[in-house]
Amino acid sequence: MGEALSLSRRHEVARALRAFLPQRAVLFEEEDTRPYECDGLTAYRQLPMVVALPETEEQVQRILRVCSSMQIPVVPRGAGTGLSGGALPPGDGVLLSMAKFMRVLRVDPRARVAVVQPGVRNAVISEVAAPHGLYYAPDPSSQIACTIGGNVAENSGGVHCLKYGLTVHNVLRLRGLTIDGEPLEVGAEAPDAPGLDLLALAIGSEGMLFVVTEVTVKLLPKPQCARVIMASFDDVEKAGNAVADIIAAGIIPAGLEMMDRPATRAVEQFVAAGYDLAAAAILLCESDGTEAEVEHEITRMEAVLAAAGAVRCTVSRNEAERLRFWSGRKAAFPAVGRISPDYYCMDGTIPRKRLGEVLNFIAGMEKKYGLRCPNVFHAGDGNLHPLILFDANNADELHRTEEFAAEVLEKCVAVGGTITGEHGVGVEKINQMCTQFGTAELELFHAVKHAFDRGTLLNPGKAVPTLARCAEYGRMHVHGGKLPHPELPRF
Amino acid sequence: MTLQALSDRIRDAADRRLALRLRGGGSKDFYGNEARGELVDTRAYAGIADYEPSELVITARCGTPLAEVEKTLAERGQCLPFEPPHFGAATFGGCVAAGLSGPRRASSGALRDFVLGVKLVDGRGRILQFGGQVMKNVAGYDVSRLVAGSLGTLGLIAEASLKVLPRAQVECTLRLEMDEARALDSMNRWAGEPLPVSATLWHAGVLDVRLSGSEPAVRGAAKRIGGAEVKSDWNAVREQTHPFFAGGAPLWRLSVPSVTPPLGFSQLIEWGGALRWTRGGNALREVAKRAGGHATLFRAADKSGGAFAPLDPVLMRLHRELKNAFDPAGILNPGRLYAEL
Repeated sequence: MGEALSLSRRHEVARALRAFLPQRAVLFEEEDTRPYECDGLTAYRQLPMVVALPETEEQVQRILRVCSSMQIPVVPRGAGTGLSGGALPPGDGVLLSMAKFMRVLRVDPRARVAVVQPGVRNAVISEVAAPHGLYYAPDPSSQIACTIGGNVAENSGGVHCLKYGLTVHNVLRLRGLTIDGEPLEVGAEAPDAPGLDLLALAIGSEGMLFVVTEVTVKLLPKPQCARVIMASFDDVEKAGNAVADIIAAGIIPAGLEMMDRPATRAVEQFVAAGYDLAAAAILLCESDGTEAEVEHEITRMEAVLAAAGAVRCTVSRNEAERLRFWSGRKAAFPAVGRISPDYYCMDGTIPRKRLGEVLNFIAGMEKKYGLRCPNVFHAGDGNLHPLILFDANNADELHRTEEFAAEVLEKCVAVGGTITGEHGVGVEKINQMCTQFGTAELELFHAVKHAFDRGTLLNPGKAVPTLARCAEYGRMHVHGGKLPHPELPRF
Repeated sequence: MTLQALSDRIRDAADRRLALRLRGGGSKDFYGNEARGELVDTRAYAGIADYEPSELVITARCGTPLAEVEKTLAERGQCLPFEPPHFGAATFGGCVAAGLSGPRRASSGALRDFVLGVKLVDGRGRILQFGGQVMKNVAGYDVSRLVAGSLGTLGLIAEASLKVLPRAQVECTLRLEMDEARALDSMNRWAGEPLPVSATLWHAGVLDVRLSGSEPAVRGAAKRIGGAEVKSDWNAVREQTHPFFAGGAPLWRLSVPSVTPPLGFSQLIEWGGALRWTRGGNALREVAKRAGGHATLFRAADKSGGAFAPLDPVLMRLHRELKNAFDPAGILNPGRLYAEL
C-alpha cells in the first residue's frame, strides 16, 4: 500500500471507530501509538495503524463489526507482558487494548469462583479472594502486571503448576465475541458444558479464535502453610536427577524449581535471596498443606534429596524466609536484565529424564556461539527458561543469539519435548513450529482458525506459520540431509 | 493391526462417503446418540507404547484395555486420577473419546485435564500428532483436549498420552446422615477449606465423604468432618452398579454449579454437589439450564430427542465448521454427538 493510501485508510478506520468511541479511545498519532509498538518481546516492533481502547462489551462488538466489514486485522492486547510477540500490532490494522476491562464482577466464596473482566491483573484475583481464604492458583512470574485475558490467550503457568495446573485447569468459562461481533460462551460454572470442549481449544489460542470479554476462574482454598527447601548440588546433572527422584518417590511438590550458578549469582546481587552461591545448581522444593502434612512431606523430600546427592538442604523457617527464597526465582528475569544489555528467554519443555542431556547441550552451545546462558527452570514440569545474554546493538551477537535459540528449541523437539511450554509461539517461535509439526497438522490448525475466523483477521500471521513460510525456513535449515516438508514446492 | 491400516480404511471410506462407526470395547455404546455406519473395531491396535513412572505420563494405543492401563499404573503406585468409569470391557481410546470422569473428578480434575497429547487419524485418513508427553505445551491449538470427549466425531484417537499421579498413601470414607440441603451446604463448605476430600456421594439421606492423601492430612480432615468411618464401595458409584442405577427408566445426568439448591426430586449426588443423577423426562433440560448447567440423557431406550443439551446457534455453527475441518466428508461417527455433526 502506498503511503498516501495507507494514511487515508488510517483516517477512514479512525473515523469509523470514533463514530461510537470517545476521541481519547481511538489513537492514531505516532506519539500515542508508540507505547503499543511491542509487548514483552521488545526485539520485534511495529507501530499499529490505530489503537482502540474500548470500555464496554458493546464497544468491542462494534469495533469488531467495523473491522470485519472493512477487512481490517485486529490484534487483542492485555498488559503487553507476553514474551513471544503475540500482541505485536498489525501495521495495517487495529490494536484492540483490553486494558480498560479492569472490573472484578463477582466473587462467590461459597461456589469458589470469581468472574472478572479480561484486563484484571492476575495477582488482583488472589487479592480479592484472600479475605475468603481462597486464591487463584496459576502464578506466572509477571503476575503483578499480566492480565487474566493474556493468561487465557497464552495458557500461562507459573511456579506452582505441577500440583495446581495451568490456566486451562483453572478457568471455568469464557465469554467473548467472534470477529463478526457474535457473542459466545464456552465452558460453564458447572463441571462441563455440552458438545465439544471449545473452552480447552480457546485457552492458549493466542487471541486467534475470538476476543475474550469475561473470564470465570476457579478459586482454591489457601493451604494453611507452606515451606520450601533450598537444596544445593555440586553438579547440575545431579540436581536434574534429584527432580526425577522426588517424582518417582510419589511426591508432587507444590513447586519444584531449579537455577544454575550463573542464574543464582545474577539474582543474589539483585535481591539477596540467600542462595548458596557455592552450589553448581540449587533446587527449590515447596510443600504446602496442613502443618502436619507439610512437616511429613518436607522430611520425605529431604531424605530423597540427600540420597540424590544434595550437599546442603535449608528449610525455610518462617513465611518471610519462604518468600525470600521465592523472591530470587521470581526476579530471575529482571536480575539477568541487569548483568547484560539484553537477554533472550527460551521456553522449551522436555521430558524430565532428558534434563541433564539438554543442559550439557546448552553448555556446548554457549561455547559454540560465544554467549553466556544462565538457566532457570520449572524443573518439576521440565519447562526450561535458558536466558541467552547478548547486546542487541551488536548485529552479530543478535544473529548468534537467534541461531543459539533455534538450536536449543530444535533440541527440545528432538528429545520429545516442545518449543514452548507457557510463553506461546507468537511471532517469536513461528519458524520452529515448522520443526514441531508436519504439513498436515499445520493445515488442520489453519482450518481450525478458519472455523472461527474465515477472513483471517484476528491476530493474523501469529502462532501458526503458513506452509510457504515453512518451505522457506526448511530451505535454510537442512538437518542431516533431510529437508522438512519435502512435499512443498520451493521458491 | 497397523496404524496405516486404520488410516487406509478411513481414507477409503472418505472417498466413498461411507459412514464409519468407531468402536473399542463397546462398553459405552449406550452413551450419546445412536451410532451408525460400518464398524471399525479399534481393539486390534493395542499396547502400551511408553510408560515412565518418573515422568508421570503413560502413552497407550487406542485398543489397549483400560483395565490393563490401570493395572500397569497400579504396579508402580500410580493411577488415572480422574477415575474413569469402565462400564464393561472399556478400551483406552474409548475412554478418551467418551471423556467421562468418575468420583474423584471434583478434586482432581476431569479426563480432559490429564490429556497431554494424541495421535489422531482424521476424516481424510491423515495421521496427525498433537501435544506430546510433556506437562506444559502451548505450541499450536490444544487439539488433544478438543478431541477428548468428542465421541469419535473429529477423528480416530489412535494413541493418547495422559498425565498420571501417585496413588494416595492413605484413604478412608466417613459416613454422615443428613438431608440434601445440609449435605450440599457441607460439601460446598468443605471444598472451600484445604481438606483432602477426594469424593462425595449423597443418596437417600446419607452422605459418604472419601479422604485421600498423606496420613496426617487424612487424620486431620477426618477430625474436622466427623461422622463414622465406614468401608464404602466407591467402585459401585463409579461403575453405576449402585442400586440407584438399577432399572430401565431414563437416567439423566445433570451437570450444575455445585451450589445449586436441592432440585426437589430423588437423586444421587456426586462431585461436591455438581453432578446430580435422576430419573425423569425432558423437562430436566430446562431445570439444569436454569441452574446454569446442562442435562444429558445418559441411559434411555429412546433418545430420539437427542442425548445432549442443544447448543445455541453460534456454538452449533462453530461445531459444524470444526467438524468440517477434521472430517469434511462427514463419515466419522455421524450423529453420535449431535444430529448436525
